[in-house]
Amino acid sequence: MNDHELYLACCIAGSSLATFLPRVLPMMCLSTESLPPAVRDWLSFVPVSIMAALIGTDVFFVDGAFSCSPDNLFLMAAIPSLLVAWWSRSFFGTIAFAMGAVALCRWLGW
Amino acid sequence: MEGVKRALPIVLGYVPVAFAFGVLAVKNGFPPYLAIAMSVFLYAGSGQFVAASLCGAGVGVLSVTASIFVVNLRHLLMSASLAPHLAPLSRLQKFIFGYEMTDETFGVHSTAFQRGWQLSLPTLFVCNHLAHGSWIFGTILGAYCGGLIRDVKPLGLDYALTAMFLALLVPQCRSRLHVAVAAFSMFLCVAFKMLGMTQWNVVLAAVVGACFGVALLRLGQKRDGLRAGAGRHA
Repeated sequence: MNDHELYLACCIAGSSLATFLPRVLPMMCLSTESLPPAVRDWLSFVPVSIMAALIGTDVFFVDGAFSCSPDNLFLMAAIPSLLVAWWSRSFFGTIAFAMGAVALCRWLGW
Repeated sequence: MEGVKRALPIVLGYVPVAFAFGVLAVKNGFPPYLAIAMSVFLYAGSGQFVAASLCGAGVGVLSVTASIFVVNLRHLLMSASLAPHLAPLSRLQKFIFGYEMTDETFGVHSTAFQRGWQLSLPTLFVCNHLAHGSWIFGTILGAYCGGLIRDVKPLGLDYALTAMFLALLVPQCRSRLHVAVAAFSMFLCVAFKMLGMTQWNVVLAAVVGACFGVALLRLGQKRDGLRAGAGRHA
């Protein structure tokens, strides 16, 4: 292992630890019975807020720049996909629709 | 089987993204075995891309570690919100589960729990191992045969993970309150990113969004309390 590989290995070790601890510690150490109700309520909103935030960064930016125009294919595909999800309640149906919509629009030259 | 079904969209999305990571890592001076090691040990989508470009630029080990910590801080919230559901697991099982918890595996499991799913270990671990396996597989392909595969765009594969989150968001919105929280968090996240916070935006939006949810919940309870009180007096 040369110096550069050693540097990369240290980076991997450091960032793996920095990722691993936040993932594992809360679920191992948090005993939920002892939490005050406000915190429990707060945690119950975490999934919906995180997923919405992740979708926001995925669909409102094209190559890192904010875009809210019809040219933004990911955003334009997201709107009918949400309707399909709401109407069909189908996990796979929604995914297939969304990916199909993007593939079709590209094929049509969007 | 349930675990395979749950992992399927994740696998579809992971292989091309991990492939892209493998290509990028080698381009940034990683020998293939270290790129693969990163997918085995770090196992985080955006985190690995950030790490690979920082290492490519020769940034110090501590700075790389700190940046990745910030990028992946949202997992702290995810892990905490899953804790009540995972209480029946042993310490070792929690350890393994936590190690393989990504945005995507968190998304499918947490939505299943919300729908009243009874925890099943095979489903949990089959799904997580398949997802992790596909991530490693994609990295190997990208690192060793980067030129082999053409563009995945015509298949819409680069939309697979977004599509999955869209399919998960709707069942998460089980009341008007949750819709409001989702809309608010999405707005915040986009606004934060536009303000230049490209690493803090998701975790910050999630924290503030969940606070907003609790505030609305308390407001609603107070109003209902007043109404109930008024009813008693009348």
